[in-house]
Amino acid sequence: MTGATTRVLPGAMAWLVLADVRVALGAREVVAGVSAEVGSGELVVIIGPNGAGKTTLLRAIAGLAPLRSGRVTVRGHDPARADRRVIARELAYLPQQYELAFPFLVEEVVLLGRYAGQTGLGLASAVDVAAARGAMAACDVEALASRRFDELSGGEARRVIIAQALCQGAKILLLDEPTAGLDPAHARAVFEMLRTQCEAGAAAVVVTHDLDLALRYAGTLWLVAGGRLAARGTPADVLASAETREAFGLGIHVGTLPAGTPFAVPT
Amino acid sequence: MSGFISGRGRRLTGARLAGVLGVCVVVTIVLAAIAPLVGIGVDRSGRHLELLDLGAFADGHPAHAILWIRIPRVLASLLVGGALAGAGCALQALLRNPLAEPFTLGISSGSALAAVLAIRFGIEGAFGGLGVGGAALIGAMLTLLLVWRLARVGTQLPPATLVLAGVTMSMFCSAASVLVQYTSDFAEVSRMLRWMMGGLDSMRLSAVGTAAPAILGALIVLILYARELNALAAGTEVAASLGVAVARTQIVVFATASLLVGAAIALAGPIGFIGLIVPHALRALLGPDHRLLLPASVLGGGVLLTLCDTLARLLIAPAQLPTGAVTAVLGGPFFVMILVGQKRRAALWGRG
Repeated sequence: MTGATTRVLPGAMAWLVLADVRVALGAREVVAGVSAEVGSGELVVIIGPNGAGKTTLLRAIAGLAPLRSGRVTVRGHDPARADRRVIARELAYLPQQYELAFPFLVEEVVLLGRYAGQTGLGLASAVDVAAARGAMAACDVEALASRRFDELSGGEARRVIIAQALCQGAKILLLDEPTAGLDPAHARAVFEMLRTQCEAGAAAVVVTHDLDLALRYAGTLWLVAGGRLAARGTPADVLASAETREAFGLGIHVGTLPAGTPFAVPT
Repeated sequence: MSGFISGRGRRLTGARLAGVLGVCVVVTIVLAAIAPLVGIGVDRSGRHLELLDLGAFADGHPAHAILWIRIPRVLASLLVGGALAGAGCALQALLRNPLAEPFTLGISSGSALAAVLAIRFGIEGAFGGLGVGGAALIGAMLTLLLVWRLARVGTQLPPATLVLAGVTMSMFCSAASVLVQYTSDFAEVSRMLRWMMGGLDSMRLSAVGTAAPAILGALIVLILYARELNALAAGTEVAASLGVAVARTQIVVFATASLLVGAAIALAGPIGFIGLIVPHALRALLGPDHRLLLPASVLGGGVLLTLCDTLARLLIAPAQLPTGAVTAVLGGPFFVMILVGQKRRAALWGRG
């Protein structure tokens, strides 16, 4: 896998190729050899215990964490070397922590997502405004458009920055715990939105601790433990696997409610 | 109307940008035209405010010569105020830190140390009388370089490290200045202190002419980075994933802001508070979008310093106050006012 070619033939190869990716923070190797591929339309959900390297893996895919070795290819580009504007059209990254230094309005925050496509002063064009409206509608924050970002609740702010990532119009979405702090209805709505995006041809890699949502929405579930891809496959298989039991130190029961809704609970 | 100015509930549009900046430009021009006409006349009945008529701009008018003593001073205060406020605004955005200012980053102390050394070693008259100003400029740039090297972690420039390096540098340079003063004679020390108070008196048109292209060019560069500064408000990683070349933005904005501060100090000595207060006040009034805030700060800084300098010229005429002392005395309470107002809102930055 290490010698994987980096040339992307349209439709012939995965959008995202990770070849033996290793990332060290200080002396500790946080991501210790991850190889995987993600294709168009795929909704990948990453689960794993705290400190397993999920966030660092996501940052490495986004080109924000320097690799010790290995290679990340985003639709033919090396995200750590390519022009950030080019990468911004390919992938949008939403960090776990998002702190805005100035009191921008919600609409202004979402419009920041249009940066890569704008030139000059970058005053919002009709297309930009339409994209922002669409993204805000998809994340149910339209009503907040003229509110100050710093006066929102945690969950509202979270939905606004998901809208910012969506507004970017990138083909691949990398979201680090997008539903942290969201109420159950909005958390589910975020995954519904991601599913819609992926059905329309996008790809998403999403870190979450919500096992029910992972079970219900993941196309592929990755279990990251100790910096490695300990298991990958269909959500039900991975959640019930011995690797998951070992990683979390407890078993996970996967079942189905009488109405047919699947659920996952730690046992 | 107030909604139009503050943009409360609205994103920036071309109309609002042009409208607000248009008002700023008109205010600046009117003030620039009136300021040199204002003076204090002294006769047997005492001191009284004296306003030259517009005819003084014409050749041959009795007051023409007086006007041309004041004009370079007004131009210099517009330039220096604009440079300090523009640089302060950009540094605050770049470092995502409300305290970022030429003083907190050590640039002012570094240039003051260089100026003090220039006076101590008697090279004030060198380079056609530009000895102290030149030394201050070089001192500012050297300090910047040192702070930059100290603060850099890999290719990153973490705001906390930068402020820490700046404060360290500032303390070191201030202490060194004190040592130099201690070894100097009385006349030198008095000239050093006078310089450190900052002032625009005896400003010459040639000095203004030399500094103007550099300052105006640097301000344009900063304004061209307004969109990047907006994106950086969300942090370097988000900015990078939005498409911003973060490292290049940091280098260009930091170097340009330092050049501005260096040029301003070379021209007028260290003048505090303008770089801190103007962007804060305008951010509360206009909102945080740097495409509007940055040019508005430049004009606002020019206006504020011109007002302060005119006051410095008038208050105890025919004697004059050091301009830097006036900005500090007016600036302190004003800053406290902003702080108290914003604490009430439980937010560090208010939109008013």
